[in-house]
Amino acid sequence: MAQPNPLTTPPPGADTQIVPGHVEHTEAHSGAFPPFETSGFLSQLIWLALAFGLLYYLMDKVALPRIQAILHARAERLRADLDQAQAMKTEADAAGIAYETALRDAQGKARDIAQTTRNELAAEAETKRKALEAELNAKLSSAEATIRTRTEAAMGNVRSIAGEAASAIVERLTGQAPDPATLNRALDATAH
Amino acid sequence: MAVTIDPIEQFELKPLVSLGHIGHQQLAFTQSALYMFAAVGVIALITVVATASRSVVPGRMQSLAEIFYEFIADTLHQATGDGGKRFMPLVFSLFMFVLILNLFGMIPYAFAVTSHLIITFGLAALVISVVVIYGVMKHGTHFFGLFVPSGVPKPLLAILVPIEIISFVSRPISLSVRLFANVLAGHIAMKIFAFFVVQLLLAGAWSVLSPLPLFLTIALTALEFLVAALQAYVFATLTAIYLNDALHPGH
Repeated sequence: MAQPNPLTTPPPGADTQIVPGHVEHTEAHSGAFPPFETSGFLSQLIWLALAFGLLYYLMDKVALPRIQAILHARAERLRADLDQAQAMKTEADAAGIAYETALRDAQGKARDIAQTTRNELAAEAETKRKALEAELNAKLSSAEATIRTRTEAAMGNVRSIAGEAASAIVERLTGQAPDPATLNRALDATAH
Repeated sequence: MAVTIDPIEQFELKPLVSLGHIGHQQLAFTQSALYMFAAVGVIALITVVATASRSVVPGRMQSLAEIFYEFIADTLHQATGDGGKRFMPLVFSLFMFVLILNLFGMIPYAFAVTSHLIITFGLAALVISVVVIYGVMKHGTHFFGLFVPSGVPKPLLAILVPIEIISFVSRPISLSVRLFANVLAGHIAMKIFAFFVVQLLLAGAWSVLSPLPLFLTIALTALEFLVAALQAYVFATLTAIYLNDALHPGH
């Protein structure tokens, strides 16, 4: 591939334009196109094998396992954190539900207690009222009984007074006291 | 005043330590070898030193290493499926090596290692050797079924099998020439257009035109950065695709 280079090879009769040192420089490499200079191939391949071998060893044994471990650890960490957050959320939800249940229970209990108290008080009042009523009724009936006995006693007195008065009247009119049996008959007849 | 430039000079190997000769072959520790080891050093810096702390929340360099890792792992997985994981070190090393060497080439006055065909061919030959050796080890002679397209009438096979073989054999050539030619042509183009700026500046009234090649040089430089990254990606992707043939030789 030793081709003349148009930019360095002097055109015929134009030697004066070329810096002399430069011509020597190009000539030192015999004008060959450096990438195709076969004399360096073996050396380049050896250095390539050494450099790339070293790189491959570093990547295979150190770098890639480490990066993989880092990425894996991060993924694990993220997953664990998300799981934890999820667990905490579930816990919080459960706590919220428990709170609401407790609140509802407490309200129900309060209502029950109020109702029971109300019922008890009502029952007590009713008992007292009934007792009072019974007492009053007893008093009333005893008073009525007293009135009746008094009335009967008074009525009994009325008969004897009427008998005495009738006997006195008859005695005054006839001068003679009526027979008690006749008097009693007469009293019974007028009593009705 | 005469100004000359040699756009080829940048590709010359400069022996730093000469180690003698074997026949025609000159053994030397050249600047090319130095750049290759420097690339290994930079890659180790990104992927080994920067990940030493194994932080769950990565720093910049560790992020870079993780991005490269995930990028290559995705590429490899898309091309080869789950079976390709064992080739991750190979594809990752190839990608990083080519990428860093290409980018080194973009530093002014630096040497572009990948502009030498023997380097890219060495890498491509490595890929094809791995494909063939692994394919034969895993599938035996069944691996050569790669060259026989299924569901094709027998007479057509007489034509298709040689084509398949030629296409397979040309893979290391195309793989290496693609990378080498891109880097070489890009560097030559940049050098020539940059030289036009100097030439026009020295050409009297013509110097008013010198911004034109300057802008072109800037645009070419941007393009070459793209090419440097893209060719590394292409090399890694094609490697993954070829490895897929070794893993699943059925057509």
